[in-house]
Order: sequence, then structure tokens, then C-alpha cells
Amino acid sequence: MSETFNKVAEIIAETSEIDLETITPDSNTVDDLGIDSLDFLDIVFAIDKEFGIKVPLEQWTQEINDGKADADDYFILKNLCGKIDELRAAKD
Amino acid sequence: MLLEYFQMLDHVKSIDFADQSIVVESVVPEKSPIFEGHFPGMPLMPGVLLIESMAQASGILYMALSEFKVMPFLMSVDTAKMRQFVNPSETLQINSKIEHQGSGFVVSKCSISVDGKRVCNSQLKFATRSFDEVPTLEHIMELAERVSLQDAIDTYKAGAQS
Repeated sequence: MSETFNKVAEIIAETSEIDLETITPDSNTVDDLGIDSLDFLDIVFAIDKEFGIKVPLEQWTQEINDGKADADDYFILKNLCGKIDELRAAKD
Repeated sequence: MLLEYFQMLDHVKSIDFADQSIVVESVVPEKSPIFEGHFPGMPLMPGVLLIESMAQASGILYMALSEFKVMPFLMSVDTAKMRQFVNPSETLQINSKIEHQGSGFVVSKCSISVDGKRVCNSQLKFATRSFDEVPTLEHIMELAERVSLQDAIDTYKAGAQS
């Protein structure tokens, strides 16, 4: 598993008090892990700080609402970590 | 301050766009119905209203930084410490600084001092909503005028240009 996944899983476990062992790359943050919008903002804040990026949450939400993207594209952990890696690469 | 109307801010002393910070002064009223219950014979400014004061200072700071395009709504009191009693008639200096601007949310670090001594501090998180979505802009602009926010903005900008 990637360094990004390991870090994000640690953040989720700590923020949402979820057992680290239950978090997998295929976990859906909402359906599987039961993370609500408030906890998700805490997680995004921690991700922003950890990786020095700004996760474009509003843009992603708009894309899902407009039918231009599937929620799984952002909320399945391995996909979320891929997006984080893209943001980190763009920053560098 | 008019505690029962949630008017927690009296006067913006300064705002700094580069530092993303604000200083607001407020005087705790000598009398308020709040003190009849909190507490009989020992009137104290409630901790939740100190948090509200820090939240409102953060709110007008972020609205000014965003040129009144978005309104922050308190979503999470991440940390809060009440370090000293705050009494009627005391003058509060409320400091707020933006810690992080995320996408759709903002985080601030705040403190309140009385006579130079810190009486409480907090980290607060807000969800932001466009004024296109919420019918509060008129009220907010009245608040901004009441607390002389524009004067502080003008003073900052004049200083930044010189």
C-alpha cells in the first residue's frame, strides 16, 4: 500500500475513531466507514496540512452533483489517495 | 455587547489582510438577564459566549478577507480552553487569525485577553457558504458598520500603500 494511503488511513482512524485495521484501499469513506460531512471536513483539513495541498472539495462535490463524476471517484480511498498524489505532484 | 441578542462585538480595532488576523474590542455589560442565571450572586460571562465572541470575530475577519462573498458558519469547536473568570464590565480584546483556508471551510485560532492576560483560546472550524445561498448579507453589512469594520479596513489599506 502507498505511503499516501497509510497516512490517510492514520488520519481517518484518528479523526473518526475508526479501527485502523478496518480501513482498506477499497473502503468507501461514507458507505463503509460511515464518515459524515463534519468528520470529512476534519479529515480534509488534516490532509491539507499533512501534504501541503488544498483538496478541492467544493469542485468535487459540484462535479458529483452535476453528474460529471461518480462519488466513488473521490470517496473510495484508493481513488482519493490517487487524487491526493495528483495534487501533490501538481504542487511540486 | 448585548449578550441576549448575540451582539458580541463592539469595535474592530485593527485588521491585517497580510497576516489574516483581526483584533476586536468588546465590553462585557454590567447587567444582563444572562447573569441572573449564570450565576445568581456570582455573575460570570459564560464560556459558550466567549466561544461565540471568538467565532464572530473570526467570521467578520473571513468575510472581510473574502470581500463579503462568503459567510462562515461555525461547524466545530476543535479546542477551547477557559482559563480565567470573565466578569461584568471587563473589556475583552478578541484576537482571531486564519489558520487554514480549505475548499468550503476555514479554520481559525483565537484568543481573548483582559488587561493583557489571556483568559481563553480556541481553534474553530467553519463551513463557508456563498451569500448567493444565504439571506444574511444585509444583516452582516449592518453588523460591519456597527463595529466600524470598514474603518479598520481603510486604515489597513492606507498603511499598506504607504
